[in-house]
Amino acid sequence: MAPRTLYEKIWESHVVHEEPGQPALLYIDRHLIHEATSPQAFAGLKAAGRKVRRPELTFAVMDHSVSTKNRSLSLLDPDAAAQFEALTKNCEEFGINLFDMNSQNQGIVHVIGPELGITQPGCTIVCGDSHTSTHGALGALAFGIGTSEVEHVLATQCLSQSKSKTMKIEVRGNRPHGVTAKDIVLAIIGKIGIDGGTGHVVEFTGEAIRGLSMEGRMTVCNMSIEGGARAGMVAPDDTTFAYMEGRAFMPRGKDFEEAVQYWRSLATDEGAQYDSTVTLQAEDLAPMVTWGTNPGMVTQVTSRVPEPSSFQNPVDRKAAESALVYMDLKPGTPIENISLDRVFIGSCTNSRLEDLRAAAKVVTGRHVAKSLKQALVVPGSRVVKAMAEKEGLDKIFRDAGFEWRDAGCSMCLAMNDDVLPSGERCASTSNRNFEGRQGKGSRTHLVSPAMAAAAAIEGHFVDIRNWKNANGAE
Amino acid sequence: MKPFSMHTGLAAPMDRVNVDTDQMVPKQFIKLCTREGFGRVLFYDWRYLPGEKPDPEFILNQPRYKGASVLVARANFGCGSSREHAPWAILDYGFRAILAPSYADIFYNNCFKNGILPVTLTNEQIDEVFKRTEKNEGYRLTVDLEQQLVTDSDGLRYSFEIDPFRRECLLKGLDDIGLSLVHEADISAFEKKHMHVPAMNTPLDVKFHNS
Repeated sequence: MAPRTLYEKIWESHVVHEEPGQPALLYIDRHLIHEATSPQAFAGLKAAGRKVRRPELTFAVMDHSVSTKNRSLSLLDPDAAAQFEALTKNCEEFGINLFDMNSQNQGIVHVIGPELGITQPGCTIVCGDSHTSTHGALGALAFGIGTSEVEHVLATQCLSQSKSKTMKIEVRGNRPHGVTAKDIVLAIIGKIGIDGGTGHVVEFTGEAIRGLSMEGRMTVCNMSIEGGARAGMVAPDDTTFAYMEGRAFMPRGKDFEEAVQYWRSLATDEGAQYDSTVTLQAEDLAPMVTWGTNPGMVTQVTSRVPEPSSFQNPVDRKAAESALVYMDLKPGTPIENISLDRVFIGSCTNSRLEDLRAAAKVVTGRHVAKSLKQALVVPGSRVVKAMAEKEGLDKIFRDAGFEWRDAGCSMCLAMNDDVLPSGERCASTSNRNFEGRQGKGSRTHLVSPAMAAAAAIEGHFVDIRNWKNANGAE
Repeated sequence: MKPFSMHTGLAAPMDRVNVDTDQMVPKQFIKLCTREGFGRVLFYDWRYLPGEKPDPEFILNQPRYKGASVLVARANFGCGSSREHAPWAILDYGFRAILAPSYADIFYNNCFKNGILPVTLTNEQIDEVFKRTEKNEGYRLTVDLEQQLVTDSDGLRYSFEIDPFRRECLLKGLDDIGLSLVHEADISAFEKKHMHVPAMNTPLDVKFHNS
């Protein structure tokens, strides 16, 4: 057999039906749903008199609109309350496992999937959410779908899909001090552009990717969609298996051993061909900060806000001009001189234990700048929250002047009561700096958790590579 | 789904690259449980001043584009969130076809599920369509899916490529789910076979207690 990529192996093992000139019918192993994109799918299903084919492979959670201040506030918004009620009823009616807003396992859908072991290598995973690409970090084929497709998967446990092109993104060498998974993926998007991955499934490879923890790999795969890719993946290895063993939905004992054997066979074969290849050198990377209104408008922390005239392409020039107007930034301003109103540490990109530890390390023994109106830490799940509290991270954040919250999507997309006011500027560990993303007229700068934490302390961006802990150690 | 074969209508220009679905339907409106009525909120933050007063500066609020049904757009249209509320809003507003040099994958896919035809033209062709749309008030375009052609009354004639299967589904307004359910026997057979792959499809019997 010709050498195959990770993507091709998973694809081929999930084709239910195929005929020339048509998309394949692809089997879906895990279907994750949440309150915001599923009600219309269930309504359509019921209107057609159809049932959920595999409720035991479907998992529901409330995350997008839940209040992270106080769960009871979630229900004050009648529209949000109606969505929660619809999800609860639909899950009851069809026998779907629901992690509601009060469940001890509740959290952002892309945090709890891997955390509970629902996400497994070699699986096909879909969710009505573009950041489903996160799950590819475990060596799964995972991608976001629309609500009509949610209905399709509910009814058939399959999706009608055409095969994507493949792209290898190799990050060679070792990550320098202060450079995180977030900086790697922002640098990648800066290089390929926000539509550089359109039509492709990306496989991330190279020493710098291999050297990341599972949580770091999730951050990278999470933002594949911001580079336009259908999905992002990392081949499963010992780091993956060590992460998965013992998680709630994982097979145990001999079954786990057998599964590992199978998962090992998924890695891309020597000599397999990709449709395109992009290479980065880790040593060239630095902490990154976005300056514009999409994740590709990004630069190194030591750089300046670019001059629109520096863009060759007139379309890019025009986009940069309008982004700078929206962001209220002057070309040539050093990134480190940009002052902030608020800081948000959270989202499916950067809200796992490792992210919170990195941020806590920066703020230990310090206090957020007086000029800051708010600094928020929103754990990605209640499990993360509990683990962080066990380590005393909540106390470190509170002592430093951060609010310590319950789990949810929160200010990443401001569907709950955490809205960034118009005209205010936020350093955010989330994934999108689109106009109005965190609130109408709000201005978002995407950064890593450590960079967000340091910015909270200083009130403006600082180069985390020069950061000294309160006791003077680096 | 409403079939699409040919459509003639007023063209409106959206001269911006990378228009994301957050702009099409901002987050506060994706809390609704319906598929209908999103036309009112399409491009909400760009379109309205406080108090939902139409902003005269916004292109679609200009009287000459009232009733437009063909949206002329730039590259990477529909990037970002997977929210299908975006195509629902586009359709409900009155657009039946979009012309752009490229689209984001999920949005592109979502259009076909809703009877919207997203036509891909080259950058040069799109530039020309923009020119004609802006220059001639009341400029109308015909989008013919059967012939795979975009035409106007002034000699413009661009052919476009489209996946034959998607074309067929749109022409006939086929229900995707119904098409897949034809293969019920294949799905069942696959499930039996797939069960034996370790961990992949074994019933997950771990029970969680909500406390």
